[in-house]
Amino acid sequence: MAESMATAARKVDLPPGRLLHMYRQMLRIRKFEEEVDRLYQAGKIWGTFHLYIGQEASAVGAIEALEPGDYITSTHRGHGHSIAKGASIPLMMAELRGKETGYCRGRGGSMHIADVESGNLGANGIVGGGIPIATGAALACKKLGNGRVVMCFFGDGALAQGAFHEAVNFAAVFKLPVVYVCENNQYAMSMPVDRGLGSTDIVIRAAAYGLPGVSVDGNDVLAVYEAAKEAVDRARRGEGPTLIETRTYRWRGHSKSDANRYRTREEIEAWKQRCPIRRFGEYLEGLGLLTAADRERMEREVEAEIQDAIAFAESQPDPDVSQLADGVYA
Amino acid sequence: MREITYAQAVREALAEEMRRDERVFLMGEDIGVYGGAFGVTLGLIDEFGPERVMDTPLSEAAIIGAAAGAAVLGMRPVAEVQFSDFLTIGSDQLVNQAAKMRYMFGGKVRVPMVVRTPAGSGTGAAAQHSQSLETWFMHIPGLKVVAPATPYDAKGLLKSAIRDDNPVVVFEHKLLYKTKGPVPEEDYTVPIGKAAIRREGTDITVIATSVMVLRSLAAADRLAEEGISVEVIDLRSLRPLDTETIVKSVCKTGRAVVVHEANKFAGFGGEIVGTIVESEAFDYLDAPVVRLGGKDVPIPYNPQLERAAVPQEEDIVAACRNLMRQSPRWRARA
Ligand SMILES: Cc1ncc(C[n+]2csc(CCOP(=O)(O)OP(=O)(O)O)c2C)c(N)n1
Ligand SMILES: [Mg+2]
Repeated sequence: MAESMATAARKVDLPPGRLLHMYRQMLRIRKFEEEVDRLYQAGKIWGTFHLYIGQEASAVGAIEALEPGDYITSTHRGHGHSIAKGASIPLMMAELRGKETGYCRGRGGSMHIADVESGNLGANGIVGGGIPIATGAALACKKLGNGRVVMCFFGDGALAQGAFHEAVNFAAVFKLPVVYVCENNQYAMSMPVDRGLGSTDIVIRAAAYGLPGVSVDGNDVLAVYEAAKEAVDRARRGEGPTLIETRTYRWRGHSKSDANRYRTREEIEAWKQRCPIRRFGEYLEGLGLLTAADRERMEREVEAEIQDAIAFAESQPDPDVSQLADGVYA
Repeated sequence: MREITYAQAVREALAEEMRRDERVFLMGEDIGVYGGAFGVTLGLIDEFGPERVMDTPLSEAAIIGAAAGAAVLGMRPVAEVQFSDFLTIGSDQLVNQAAKMRYMFGGKVRVPMVVRTPAGSGTGAAAQHSQSLETWFMHIPGLKVVAPATPYDAKGLLKSAIRDDNPVVVFEHKLLYKTKGPVPEEDYTVPIGKAAIRREGTDITVIATSVMVLRSLAAADRLAEEGISVEVIDLRSLRPLDTETIVKSVCKTGRAVVVHEANKFAGFGGEIVGTIVESEAFDYLDAPVVRLGGKDVPIPYNPQLERAAVPQEEDIVAACRNLMRQSPRWRARA
């Protein structure tokens, strides 16, 4: 096991039940995404979506550091963030099927899933588009004095957007309670980070705004958790934003599928060897918290949960076309 | 003549212009080995290399602004914005900079740049990847705006755009990329600012652009069976606008329907109607001019809703039938 968890040596202050919950969350994301892909191949899902497979530890580790009342903003690759923040999988599935009872009443689809009740202020079709929004939400938290924190997810590609620079500087100036989590999965579509960014040292950017910057192994759920916890605590204490980089990898094509012309099969295979779920599972086994039988049982339970969600979505009504214009204004 | 797809026609125009003029180069996200989000530039990097087919960072403001800056120094950049919705991110550079530099500087510079961008709905990509924003840019003096509907025009208009000394925005509809049509292999251009009459008719003039031209032609076929003769004008260029072709046609038919995918409210249909009623065609009108445009909603994800959000063939048929029923001369004839 070349890739044993760095955190094995660390004391992460989480009770066993919480660790097992995190494992299950990662599993739920993985299975959800696998089924979304299958449904697309079967012609049941239309439009576009971006799979999070391989990156599960990033969403789960970071979001576990939040309190239930805290907020997130998500990205075009947002299913993992939604699930980790507590979204209902049946309602997500219904949205992907374009149903009236889905999260966005079938109006938004994969790229716009929002679940304000669970604190998810929305996925985003515009790369970097969520960064100013998260910043504004943090501004509101500060003005309201509600003690809440906003966690803002975006990819490595978003670092090249002007919106990133403007919003992070803005948050730094006003010491807003926001944690910026850059999920560096090595590519923005076909663009590798070392060609799309002037510096691949992602968190060096934090210094330019006077913020702490922390880079972690994004496939190590506990490493992500630890970094996020520190940043969330700091934000909650009123000490301002942090920039975190989670180093990870997307196993699948950029959207739906792609021809992978921009990377090698060997590279993909090498990253699959660092599967965040398998690593965490083995770590929990090592601690005696999980047996092989437990893992299989959990997988079966999650599988059943996803199948139920699919059946639920299938049974739901389509939107009524006469209500097309409903909901544009408040 | 051999037939190729709209996407191939765009690619040929880019390749031929790069061969013809070494100042021409391409910039955009994922346009190199990936070939662009819609495969339009696939293979161009093999012939022209990464210096002329530049994969850029994910930065629309920089892509458009860098095109303007390079153009001022005599290069002829063709920028690709991956979806036209992202023009909003680069719109300071396009609207406040590229469009105005020549005039603001008293005519001292030229800005020979092109922005190509896929537009429109119909792919399930929802509200932030499906808009038709051409009217925004039509509104700006200093920009030219074209929206080719056929492979022939996709190639010919793009060549004209590249050779033009002004910033030109080319809206390519996603649903058109796979459509096929005759395209010459020899060099040709389609002039910017000249509409095409796609079908001649005597009862109604339908004025359309982009994918709506195809829907209008299909509608005209159906209406012909009912004895309604429709003339279909493909505007091709939105700015400058070929008012002469519009006015002449409406003088002949006495009825006009404008069809576009962009929202009807404050869409360019209003400009076309204004053009008609301000001209001598006003005296020839037998019925009110009709506008068909997108509903006043963001483009929804669900396919039935998405379809209902923009004009379809049956909407054009219904509008034309309705118009004939309202017209006194037709009623007398019936
Ligand atoms: C402003 C903008 N430009 C381009 C796109 C098209 N696009 C969608 S995702 C993507 C790559 C994003 O890369 P990254 O931010 O690293 O996120 P990842 O897809 O790797 O999760 C691109 C180019 C977009 N949606 N928005
Ligand atoms: Mg990325």
